[in-house]
Amino acid sequence: MSDEKKSILSGQTLRAYIMIAVLAMIWLYFHWATGSIFLTARNLSNLMSQMSVTGVLAVGMLMVIVSGNIDLSVGSVLGFAGGIAAFMVTTMEYGLPTAILAAIVVSIAIGLLQGALTAYLNIPAFIVTLGGLLAWRGAVKWLLGGSTVPISDKTFMAIGQSYVGPMAGWAIAAVAIAFVVFMAIRRARSVKELGLGEANYTGELLKSIVPIGGIIIFIWVMNAYDDKGVPIPVLIFVAVALVGGFLTTSTTFGRYLYAIGGNADAARLSGINNKRNVLKVFALMGALTGLAALIFAGRGSSATPDAGTLKELDAIAACVIGGASLVGGRGTIFGACLGALIMASLDNGMSLLNVRDFMQDIIKGSILVAAVGLDMAGRKRS
Amino acid sequence: MSLLEMKDIVKEFPGVRALDGVSFTLEAGEFHSLVGENGAGKSTLMKVLSGVYPVGTYEGDILIDDTVRTFRTIRESENAGVSIIFQELSLVKELTVGENIFLGQAPAKFGVIDWSRLYHEATVLLQDLHLDIDPRVLVGNLGIGQQQLVEIAKALSKNARILVLDEPTAALTESEVETLFGILRKLKERGVGMIYISHKLDEVFKMSDRITVLRDGKTVGTQAAADMTRDQVIAAMVGREVGDIFPKPDHKFGDTALEISGLDVYSIDVPDKKLVDNVGFSVRRGEVLGIAGLMGAGRSELLSGIFASWQGRYSRKITVGGTPATISSPADAISHGIGFVTEDRKRFGLILEQTILDNMTLAGLQKISGRFVTDRMRETIAANGPMKSLRIKANSTMTIAGTLSGGNQQKVVLGKWLLINPKILFLDEPTRGIDVGAKQEIYAEINRLAKEGMAIVLVSSELPEVLGLSDRVIVLHEGHITGEFTRSEATPEKVMAAATGNQ
Repeated sequence: MSDEKKSILSGQTLRAYIMIAVLAMIWLYFHWATGSIFLTARNLSNLMSQMSVTGVLAVGMLMVIVSGNIDLSVGSVLGFAGGIAAFMVTTMEYGLPTAILAAIVVSIAIGLLQGALTAYLNIPAFIVTLGGLLAWRGAVKWLLGGSTVPISDKTFMAIGQSYVGPMAGWAIAAVAIAFVVFMAIRRARSVKELGLGEANYTGELLKSIVPIGGIIIFIWVMNAYDDKGVPIPVLIFVAVALVGGFLTTSTTFGRYLYAIGGNADAARLSGINNKRNVLKVFALMGALTGLAALIFAGRGSSATPDAGTLKELDAIAACVIGGASLVGGRGTIFGACLGALIMASLDNGMSLLNVRDFMQDIIKGSILVAAVGLDMAGRKRS
Repeated sequence: MSLLEMKDIVKEFPGVRALDGVSFTLEAGEFHSLVGENGAGKSTLMKVLSGVYPVGTYEGDILIDDTVRTFRTIRESENAGVSIIFQELSLVKELTVGENIFLGQAPAKFGVIDWSRLYHEATVLLQDLHLDIDPRVLVGNLGIGQQQLVEIAKALSKNARILVLDEPTAALTESEVETLFGILRKLKERGVGMIYISHKLDEVFKMSDRITVLRDGKTVGTQAAADMTRDQVIAAMVGREVGDIFPKPDHKFGDTALEISGLDVYSIDVPDKKLVDNVGFSVRRGEVLGIAGLMGAGRSELLSGIFASWQGRYSRKITVGGTPATISSPADAISHGIGFVTEDRKRFGLILEQTILDNMTLAGLQKISGRFVTDRMRETIAANGPMKSLRIKANSTMTIAGTLSGGNQQKVVLGKWLLINPKILFLDEPTRGIDVGAKQEIYAEINRLAKEGMAIVLVSSELPEVLGLSDRVIVLHEGHITGEFTRSEATPEKVMAAATGNQ
């Protein structure tokens, strides 16, 4: 058992600690450089809202990348889906639920189409989605006729801009903590039920202290910003990340994705339907892109022809900074979310410091390459 | 004066002493075999020699012509006349034979390649080896055997004086092996020293002047081949006397478990070519059915065609346990209780960067762990079964599969398929490239499974293995069954005659 723990610690867990340390350093630096603005409740609340779109996309992208594929079209699909929703609500005056449904359904359909071309016609995902990047961007320009469609529907804007009140925040925290405790007890009990030893309730509960602490601090910080509470886009992102985490670590679907990305032949010969699982992951990516599109449009109160441009690269960068391998088979949702948070922190911090636009791009690009370079060097040594 | 002398080489990895004071000498014109179980340190020793592990990462000295040499890169060792031919070929399939031979050292002026000189020199080199290979042909169009010979030509183009061959015959047919040995004899006359790593002791004894046995990173001994017997070498390798490595069978046959008729398997590249042509057979519960045949006879294709993992066209009628079965995907095959320990564990069997646990529960995941939601605890308990029964040497089920030795990797693949509780088990080259000890354990396991009533279909290139394990042998030749023998009838001569199409 001690060997087991050691081998886990030296691998992904160690990596996660290093990433958290890097994030902490970035935050402390910005806090110092901005004259104590960065780590205020107000800024952290903004930062979290800013990362929500990239975060939702990164969760989907991580699963696509783990399966050994890539989706370059998400930025364009995001623009297209947001365009459809805004066009239906504002120009065609449909109800919001219909518009939301249409945006999500179209995104899933695009995911299914691209997934089918990749999985069943064996066209590399890079090519299929590169085509998608062009085609869906064209589609949104066509749909919107090259102009911006404003959104005045209050509920639509709320998806991107609103908050759940402080009390609701604490209620969510209570539910989340209850869940964490429930899982800890369940783990301890299953050890006994499966005859692996005595149920160690105290040990499992002690391990839950960190997540419980995290939940409390998170809600407390979010509420501390003018008593507004948790931003709705952040809530959506956290929910998506939890679902993504569950899918990748605790379902057969998730395991199959890692197997397919790790060795497609071995997966196929073990009875896994590679094609169907790749199709599923692209459909999932589509659904999440649709969701991200609604947040994005809601945040900007509009749909623009170039909405979401380069978002696919942010999502891919988040995954890669988080330790995912573009060859497939490796990566975690947790890492991808941390990666998204690191990217968003750089954006936010540099904006606060009034770093010029072009300089921000240069710095972000360099950090991306450096992060992966260091990671590779670390892997080689071990 | 020795051509090569390696003195007290010590190489440590975190937690393991892979080489513990190994000494080794090679004379000019000598054929010196290096044998030992997997993990004994043979490959590590050769990596030290070739600069893969640069100077400073090991202790001890390497002397060539009595001068201490230090290599920091493979290039430096090549310049000193050391050339290694690895088990996995390192040729570029999309380039021509000539380009491959002179890869990285093409005759050129100001970076512009002198093609006519390149092909001329390649032709001379190939003729010198009496190889009838056109240097302008793409390497990908050559058979594995010829590729191996090109690899040797490439080594010689670098004026190799010390040639290391790591399992060079693993993929060769017998006639190709003969060609290879002919060339090696010629090189010997020219004074090239050869270090030969192989599990095939017949070849080792046929060719060697001296044999060095390694075990657990130490030299057990070096002796003239003429002074040693096969049994002595095996005993030295495993550190114990091995009796007959094949278990004594006492199988009781039950009902027919699997019946195949009219099996056709078509080539992927040439759509109308049949690789397996109208083959039919059956296997009973508790029976080990061996399938013998030369490379390319269609043995693996036969298994893939039944398991529905063949990616080209195929057709057949299958009856499992007396009832007709429709098998159109590996998942169907698994649900009918068929397991398939595929050949080439690194390519088809394992996800190397994942844990033993992840690999072992993959095929039976939904049954072991849950249909949608997985349960690590249940998986751990399940994986611990084969971990113990197959005696897999690893710290825990959380060990990464890629870090295991070949034998243990093979056991993980076998364990994966045992976890689906198969009624019928296909084994394709289950002991390729693994050491004698692990082989023996896998043989015993096959025998035990048959005894418990499993129907087993075994494909192997090693004739002794097929003959030693099988209750019945069918022989394939160019996609047709050319012979069927019971255990008592099957002799190497009869099987080989059928396999070569001479009846």
